[in-house]
Amino acid sequence: MNPVNYLYLAALLFTIGAVGVLIRRNAIVVFMCVELMLNACNLAFVTFSRMHGNLDGQVIAFFTMVVAAAEVVVGLAIIVSVFRARHSASVDDASLMKL
Amino acid sequence: MSANLAAYTTSTGEAFQFWVLGTVAVLGALSTVLMKKAVHSALSLAGTMIVLAVFYLANGAYFLGVVQIVVYTGAIMMLFLFVVMLVGVTAADSLKETIKGQRWLAAACGLGFGILLAAGIGNASLKDFAGLGTANSAHGGNVEGLAALIFTKYVFAFEITGALLITAAVGAMVLTHRERTERARTQRELSEQRVREGKHVPPLPAPGVYARHNAVDIAGLLPDGTPAELTVMQTLRKRGQIRDVSNEALSDLKALEQRSAERLGREEEASR
Repeated sequence: MNPVNYLYLAALLFTIGAVGVLIRRNAIVVFMCVELMLNACNLAFVTFSRMHGNLDGQVIAFFTMVVAAAEVVVGLAIIVSVFRARHSASVDDASLMKL
Repeated sequence: MSANLAAYTTSTGEAFQFWVLGTVAVLGALSTVLMKKAVHSALSLAGTMIVLAVFYLANGAYFLGVVQIVVYTGAIMMLFLFVVMLVGVTAADSLKETIKGQRWLAAACGLGFGILLAAGIGNASLKDFAGLGTANSAHGGNVEGLAALIFTKYVFAFEITGALLITAAVGAMVLTHRERTERARTQRELSEQRVREGKHVPPLPAPGVYARHNAVDIAGLLPDGTPAELTVMQTLRKRGQIRDVSNEALSDLKALEQRSAERLGREEEASR
């Protein structure tokens, strides 16, 4: 097996995550799909790091994890405060700005 | 993971691991998207992340594999579960489409995007791979090699991520913290208010039908057999989570009567 297969798997996971962001309307599930996409990117980074034989890809994947952790903290705080204000976690309900 | 491993293929064991665990990862991702309840989605995603951790280990990223388990499945997914718990486990997503044909369009977009990505990977010349053996052993190990990179070449990015983490923690606190605008009333003030208003001067009646149920979500029964909503606490009343057992007693009584009638009937037959 060629390690390129890991890249195909990463592409597949990224696509599934993107479709999930498009079709789901629960904000928490949309957020989980974003996490799935980030993870797929990390897998691609790690595979590229192995292909090129240097550790830079792993460092970038590590930074991605840190940023993802920060993003999750803020995003979930936003979801919780929106839920408190509107009693719903659906992304369709937050349409106050619509004319 | 030695450097002079065959430059074109991995070992058979890794291939086997890839095909088995890759299937698990894809199934987990699909059920993350397709599961109706957010809790099920979160658990499927945790499974996918554990599989990805194994893949990192197989790719020679030992540090990242462990960090993936500790940070992603240990911290981030548990945070997701906490928020699902706060927001309400029972709140299932309504699967009715609001925009007509949006789901099929999204699926078509995803398919096209996936084909584009796969075609891009297929066209790139990625025939041979170097392996991480030399890179991992250059500084005495994977963790040491990563540390050498993080604290020299990427030191500014590292410092900035520190600032980002602090900002995120403060931001989350600011977003979720709610200042109490009025002082909480004391028990004495509440009782004085009850006396002043003149209704329900004694404490509220307790829930439960004694000698049968004493759960807090079961309304006590009035003398005529109807449930008294006042006995259930306000939170459950608002959520509509009151269990009504007023008919249960009647049906129990009916069953009891039927059983005794059957037995009596049988005894009558026997005596006859």
